[in-house]
Order: sequence, then C-alpha cells, then structure tokens
Amino acid sequence: MPAPGAGMTDRKPIELGEPVQNGRPGGTTAWRGSITELGTSMSSYYGRPVVKEPVWNPEIPYYFFTGGLAGASSVLHVVAKLTGNERLAKSFLYVGAAADAVSPVLLIKDLGRPERFLHMLRMFKVTSPMSVGSWVLLVSGGASNTAAVLELLGVLKPVKWAAEAVSFLAGPPLATYTGALVANTAIPVWSEARDELPWLFGASAAASAGAAAAMVTPVELAGPARRAAVGGAAVELALGRVMQRKLGFVGEVYRKGEAGRLDKIAKACTVAGGALLAARGKRSRAATVAGGALVLAGELALRWSVFRAGFQSARDPRYTVIPQKERLAKRKGGR
Amino acid sequence: MTALAEPTGAPAAWPDTYGDEAKPRMGFFTDTTVCIGCKACEVACKEWNLIPEDGLVWTGESYDNTSHLSANTWRHVAFVEQRKPLKLDGETATVETDAAVQPEPLRWLMESDVCKHCTHAGCLDVCPTGALFRTEFGTVVVQEDICNGCGYCVPACPFGVIDKRDLPRSPDDAPLALPLFGKKEDGRVWKCTLCYDRLKGGHEPACAKACPTDSIQFGELDELRERAEKRLEKLRAERWNGAQLYGHDPSDGVGGFGAFFMLLDEPEVYGLPPDPVVPTKHLPRLWKSTALAAGAMVVGLAAAFVGGSE
Repeated sequence: MPAPGAGMTDRKPIELGEPVQNGRPGGTTAWRGSITELGTSMSSYYGRPVVKEPVWNPEIPYYFFTGGLAGASSVLHVVAKLTGNERLAKSFLYVGAAADAVSPVLLIKDLGRPERFLHMLRMFKVTSPMSVGSWVLLVSGGASNTAAVLELLGVLKPVKWAAEAVSFLAGPPLATYTGALVANTAIPVWSEARDELPWLFGASAAASAGAAAAMVTPVELAGPARRAAVGGAAVELALGRVMQRKLGFVGEVYRKGEAGRLDKIAKACTVAGGALLAARGKRSRAATVAGGALVLAGELALRWSVFRAGFQSARDPRYTVIPQKERLAKRKGGR
Repeated sequence: MTALAEPTGAPAAWPDTYGDEAKPRMGFFTDTTVCIGCKACEVACKEWNLIPEDGLVWTGESYDNTSHLSANTWRHVAFVEQRKPLKLDGETATVETDAAVQPEPLRWLMESDVCKHCTHAGCLDVCPTGALFRTEFGTVVVQEDICNGCGYCVPACPFGVIDKRDLPRSPDDAPLALPLFGKKEDGRVWKCTLCYDRLKGGHEPACAKACPTDSIQFGELDELRERAEKRLEKLRAERWNGAQLYGHDPSDGVGGFGAFFMLLDEPEVYGLPPDPVVPTKHLPRLWKSTALAAGAMVVGLAAAFVGGSE
C-alpha cells in the first residue's frame, strides 16, 4: 500500500534503501534515532540534515569513471605514439574515444531538463567546475573522437595529429576536474577532502586507463599500460587512505553503510587486480584480462564510494554541525 | 586565476554591473522573538508565487509539518519546544512533569526560515548556465527558462535551501526536443526570489506583507542591520535567554546574509549551520591543486613508459 501522501511529494527519495517517510528523504523517526545515540551535546532540528543531499543520479559516478578513463587514455595514447608503440597507442585511442563518447550521454541523461543541455555552453565560468568541465569534455570528446574516426578511416593525417594533440591537452583536466567539482560543495565529506580529491580521481583515472588498454593489447606490447594500472592503483589506494585519515570523524562515513561496503569492494578489487597484473601480467593474457577487469571494477567502486559518502555525510547533521562548531570554538579560542 | 575565481556575487561586481538601474540592497530581518508561528508567511509565499503543494503530512514535530525549505517550500516556520526559561531573570512559563519535582521552565521557539540571499552565494557561483543571477536589488534569483536542472546548486548551498522540483511537468511546457532523454518531472531548481516581481513593482515581498507581528521585516539591508543591533541591545537588557543575531556580519563565511535573523538559541537548534562558508571560498586553492594533480598525472603516465614496451 502506498504511504499517505505518496505522489504528492516535493522531492523524489534519492536513496532507495534509506528510511523514507511520507516521501521526504529520510524519515523523522530515523533522524531522531541517529541523534539520541550520539551522546554528544550537539543540538539539531529534529535530527534533520542542514545541507541538502545532492540530486544527482547514478549517471554521475559512472561519468566520473568514464571521464577519468577518457582523460588518462588520451594522454597515454600520445605518449605511446611518441615512444613508437603504435599497437598500444591504438588501444588507448579507441578506449579513450569510446569513454569520451559515452560521457556526455550520461551527463545529459542526468539533467532535469535534458533538452536544455546546450545551456551549459551559454557561458564559461571559472567559479563553476561544472562549467569548466563541460567545456573540457566538449573539447576532449570532440578531439579524441575525431582522431579515432580518422584513424579508422586512415585519412587526413595532419588533422588527426592536431586532434590528438588537443585531446592530450584536454585529458589531464578532464581526469581531475571531477574531484574539484564535488569538493566545491557544502557536502562535508567532499569539501573537507578538497586537497586530496583531484589527486585521488587523477590516480584512479590513470589506473583505469592502464587496465582497460592492457586488456585489449598483446602482453608483449602492453608493459606501459600495466605499469600505469599498477602504479595508478597504488597511488590511488595510498591517497584514499590519506584522505580518510585527514577527514577525521567525518571520514567515518567511509566505514559505514553503502559507502563503507563500496569502499571495501573498491580496495579488494584494486589490490587483487593490481597484484595479478604485477605478478602475472607479463606472461599471461588471461591474467591480464582478469587483473585489468578487477582494477576497472575497483576504480568504478571507488567513484561510487565517494559519491555515496557524500550523500551519507549530508544526511546526518552531525557531519555538518560538529566541524563548524569546532571551527568556531577554535576561532574564539584564538582571539 | 585568483581574480577570475573571485566569487561572482562579490560586492565588487555588484551593483556596478547594473549601472543606472542599480538599487539599494534589499533584504529581510527575521526577528524570531516576535514570531507566533501562524505560518501566514508560508501561505502568502505559496499563493503569490504559485508554489505547488509540498506534501500533506503530520510529522509530529511540534507544529511543523513542512520540515525544511525545499523547491516547494520557500518560507518554512520551525517550531522548537524546549525545557529552558525564556528569560534569565526567572520570568518564564513552566511545566509540571512530576508532582514530586520542581516545575520545569518551558519555552516554544518559532522561526520563519528563508533563503539567505548571501553576499557570496554558493548556488550562484557554481551555476554553469547562468540561470542563477544577482538582481539589481542584490538578491539571488533563478531564471526558470534557463535552468537545465544540472543540480549543482543543491549541494553547493551551505544552508540546504535550493532544491530540485520533481513534480509532473506542466501541460503547457514545450515538447521534449530529446525524447530519448525525456523526464516527466519539472526537473528544475526553485527557491525564494525575495519576490523579485513584487520588488520590481515597488511592493514588499508577500511573506513580509502577510506577517502580522512584523517578525519578518523587509527593507534596505543597511538599515535593517542597524535596527537589528538596537533590537539585540534591548533584548539583552531585558534578559532574554540566548538572544543572538545570525547572519548580520559581513565578515562571515558567506559575506553576510541578505536575509538575516534574530535567534534565541544556537543556529543548529533551528537546523541552521553555525559557521556557513561559501564553497567557492576555497576554489582558487582547489583549482591550483587540480592543475598540479593534472600535471602530476602526465608525468606519472609518461613514467609508465620507462622500461620499454614489455
């Protein structure tokens, strides 16, 4: 039986697994519980959140993954070409172009008004990482797909080189700006990690691009891809640890609920995949495919974990209020 | 870079951008000490701005059944029941919980919450389409024919004010140009406009007009700030418990609110953040870090090629 008031709500519940009463995100009783268990002196308004949870749908973490994959692949493509590894360069080119082609579709699908997606290009606004990112994706996607099509057709070499150069330049910002995008919000677990997130997302992008290309390239030519995957994964794991530690008590959302489960999956897959690639990747194609797939799954789970952690930290007013109270107390104490 | 990443709503940019059309900055001073919780502001706001219904529910949270500001609630009256004295000199209502113990003090706080129309507005700064803009009155307004529902402003607001509307679209809406991506909902973000249309016509906002106790006071921000200081002095002299101004200080994390408050307890008691900071305050540093990360990624990826193809 539908709850009373169903269909008359002001906002769709985002997290389907979460307690929802009367169609509002987060039921009141659930909130109260989370506060009384607390044992701190913090007050709240019936345990309700102070900041709003994001309204982004699952397209967004998938895009974080595909955007990173595309950005890092564009860079790796050009470096592979410069070192004369044409076969590997081709893998990077096609993987990157495919990821670049999927990305805008995901983003447009997430818009509340998809038919207005061109409004993204009404202006270029440095204060909005989303505005900057829209332009970077437009340039990167246009360039990498132009290069891929010309490569397939085998025509217009100079145009292809120009397109490759452009996508090489657009790749690194494409892989890292998404970290700035989520950090530039009032969501505690994202904004407090602003020093780590662009680096974390960049490392994750490097790992996924290396893993994807290694899977589709003969092992004797895929050395750099494997090293990018293993190195990226190692850096990503280390940065994730640093980020969670520096977040202090807000970082506990990475050990709770869905973000916690995803974080565990991300770590397990990334470690297993990285180890497999490092140990057996040189000799066995099967091991490379399995290891690459595990790394890709791990990096995707990482994006999802960060995404969900944002929602979880917004939902509980403790994560918003307590750090702010501490900040205020410190300021007063310093006076 | 730093100059470019300056918050777009910074006083430096406004009101000069309006030239001759510039107006004094207008705002609200919501004095919760005289709020009687009648919700006339909620109703007047809904009627004037044609806001859809926001859920007919009983929350059991005192007299509050709208719970929070949202796309369809632009004024929200909070109700807080406390076992605290209203005044520090002993003059207070009491409640007898148990015949054996002393009667406890009791007070009932009400606060009509609204968009703060920040000096440095996070929603406006992050809006990629320019749908959110600063008006000639210094207020922050969404242009509903521009908003494409990207949703970035929602988590960018330190107060959780702006929100996406997911109600069915109006039948008058233009047909979808991209049917494959089609959604049935309104899909755009909505919030208080400080009744931009009424201001244009020389009227005060609907909520202030309807408020029977002048808890919601509308006027030029500078004048409201002076009035609020005087009110605070009076309340302190009268020994009101916990009287404090919230959002009146231009040196706070959002550069001061255009709509600020007199509260009787800590902000978080009313569901307000105690130390709000506009996210873009950290953006220059964040961009620098992002650029460094991008550069490091190129170096790292190039290093993967050391040692040949195998």
